[in-house]
Amino acid sequence: MSKPYRMPSLGAGMEDGTVIEWHVEPGQRVRRGDVVGVVDTEKGAIEIEIWEDAEVLEIVADPGTKVPVGEPLLVLAGQGDDDDRSPSAQESVEAATPGSAEAESPALEDVWDESEAAPEAAPVEAAPRLRVSPVARRRARELRVELESLEGSGPGGAITLADVESAARGEAGEEEAPDSAGQEPPSSPPRPKDEEPGDKDRHAAMRKAIAVAMTRSKREIPHYYLAHAFSLERTLRWLSRVNEERRPAERLLLASLYLKAVAKSVREFPEFNGFWDDGGFRPAPGVHPGMAISLRGGGLVAPAIHDADQRSLEELTKGIRDLVQRARSGHLRGSEVADPTITLTSLGDRGVETVFGVIYPPQVAIVGVGSVVERPWAVGGMVGSHRVVTLTLAADHRASDGHRGSLFLDRIARHFETPEDL
Amino acid sequence: MKTTYREAVREAIREAMHRDERVFLMGEDVGRYGGCYAVSKGLLEEFGPERIRDTPLAESGFTGAGIGAALGGMRPIVEIMTVNFSFLALDQIVNNAATLLHMSGGAFNVPLVIRMATGGGRQVAAQHSRSLEGWYAHIPGLRIVAPATLDDARGMLWSALEDPDPVILFEHVLLYNMEGELPEQAGPVSIEGAAVRREGTDVSLITFGIGVFKALEAAEVLAEEGVSAEVLDLRSLRPLDDRAILETVRKTHRAVIIDEGWRSGGISAEISARITEGAFYDLDAPPARVCGVEVPTPYPEHLERAALPQVPDIVEAARGLLSGGEGDVA
Repeated sequence: MSKPYRMPSLGAGMEDGTVIEWHVEPGQRVRRGDVVGVVDTEKGAIEIEIWEDAEVLEIVADPGTKVPVGEPLLVLAGQGDDDDRSPSAQESVEAATPGSAEAESPALEDVWDESEAAPEAAPVEAAPRLRVSPVARRRARELRVELESLEGSGPGGAITLADVESAARGEAGEEEAPDSAGQEPPSSPPRPKDEEPGDKDRHAAMRKAIAVAMTRSKREIPHYYLAHAFSLERTLRWLSRVNEERRPAERLLLASLYLKAVAKSVREFPEFNGFWDDGGFRPAPGVHPGMAISLRGGGLVAPAIHDADQRSLEELTKGIRDLVQRARSGHLRGSEVADPTITLTSLGDRGVETVFGVIYPPQVAIVGVGSVVERPWAVGGMVGSHRVVTLTLAADHRASDGHRGSLFLDRIARHFETPEDL
Repeated sequence: MKTTYREAVREAIREAMHRDERVFLMGEDVGRYGGCYAVSKGLLEEFGPERIRDTPLAESGFTGAGIGAALGGMRPIVEIMTVNFSFLALDQIVNNAATLLHMSGGAFNVPLVIRMATGGGRQVAAQHSRSLEGWYAHIPGLRIVAPATLDDARGMLWSALEDPDPVILFEHVLLYNMEGELPEQAGPVSIEGAAVRREGTDVSLITFGIGVFKALEAAEVLAEEGVSAEVLDLRSLRPLDDRAILETVRKTHRAVIIDEGWRSGGISAEISARITEGAFYDLDAPPARVCGVEVPTPYPEHLERAALPQVPDIVEAARGLLSGGEGDVA
């Protein structure tokens, strides 16, 4: 039983990726979680993982090839081939690998199905599926038109062939005017080698990806904003006490407390952890906060720290250090960029007091933390100098209301104030 | 030459009788009465009672006799008054005519032609107004054709008689009075393949029988709105001309299927499925269907009209595929 391993969707708006290198070769056995190769996307080079034990039969997409999301990269032989598993075991492997080559969702469903131990875990899609007619979707791929940016004029607001072709005419201008005479261009022409995106192109591509996601966010998501300032004095004293006894490499990061406080709180407020798609909210089964990390040379990514609510502060600190380093060197993994369930943003020590985030669709909330600043602060009738931080929440009003948002923000602050319980 | 569909069918029978002495016509009231729809008027006088045979009201019996005659080397034309009465002969048609070649290991062909009137619109109520072409199109071993034009009414019968296997011709009751021009020398036409009756670029209206004329009328209305509709006359319902169906859909990217039969499990469902299977990536909208309303066909004129596909329904369905509607075309 052979089956394709497809280009995963590594975030909303990703249309394709370019294979940089393979870490496997035909005949090699791979285990679930193995990094099998590296793919270049607008978010940088991403290591892609495999989600089952299998044998690599064939490499379909050679390095340098640009492959649309959902198209085959490798051919795998499943476990059913060479050992006598029960039929149900084989079925479950097949069930986790949707056969259709639909654009965005299948690869991501793989990621979710496999990364969640709970069998009842609902598959999660990266984005609400656009209504696009099949011929329009095919033509958009040929003409490299971003479907997300189009307004559909067809039945039920579907994007039609005419929408795609008029968009292509508008964007491509004279150099790539579509041939409306109906002549079929070669499908998915391979990109010549000399057109591979370099760093400059990648930054432009990342800018474009951010533009698409943020435009969609502001167009579709009715944000509401809440802010809450509180004294961090107690937390910071606890932290310096803990860190005093540790070697520099083992010292806890303030960000780990922040991450854990959000992750624990969101467990109690599940309407902020998940996805708005197909006109409804779907809570995510796990808590995988994305950490917004700005990159040298511009741009940002928000890779996930998986199951942050269940990890110790030490593990989170280690995870954050690792993630920041890999984000900046361009070695993120597919699962990390694909599946954050809520985003956290911090402008760091040198930033300003308050940051109101823009939600990364299809997520429904982003929590912001400003810089820690010294302010006069009254406690019990006494004014003193306190280190103060402002937490903010930007949330999707379709999925939650301000009342719950305010309780959620308050809960994060309380967890933050009692670090010993984190 | 000005003629009618009825006269074209009669000419086709006459020609066949003259060309091949093995051909004979058999059915209820086809002789003295001249046929329920007056198709065979005058033929008894011309060919005599041996070859124009009135039968009892026993569809199973005379259809079976037709099968036997065909096996015995004759070329019978069995007229079943309407599709509604053919149910009485279903066992003969489905169990015998369609299978004997197979059951005999290829030894016995059944060169039988059955003509039936079909369809509603004459205010003869539920038991006399059915369009069940799709039922017969389901059966391997049968060839199902639906002549819509005068040329096909005139030309399909001879080709059907030449086919070594059973062929059923469906003649829509509302077409018999249709007048038009037919060349003097009009003769046999192929019973295979669909025909484009009007060229267009924006939407394909796929249909057969009476639907062809409703679709052509709808195409006129759409043309006034700047929509260019192509009309495909299927002609043959089994086998379906997949190539022609997919070709027109690949050209226009949109399809409306029009069938007087009911939507559930009907021939329209089969056509829609083949479009989706074969031209999915060429579709710019889901295939739409205009079918008979799923009720026993009503007797009152206004209700009957409402229950059968009409020109405005086809225009509406086509519009729905072309412009931003409010939701799914369910």
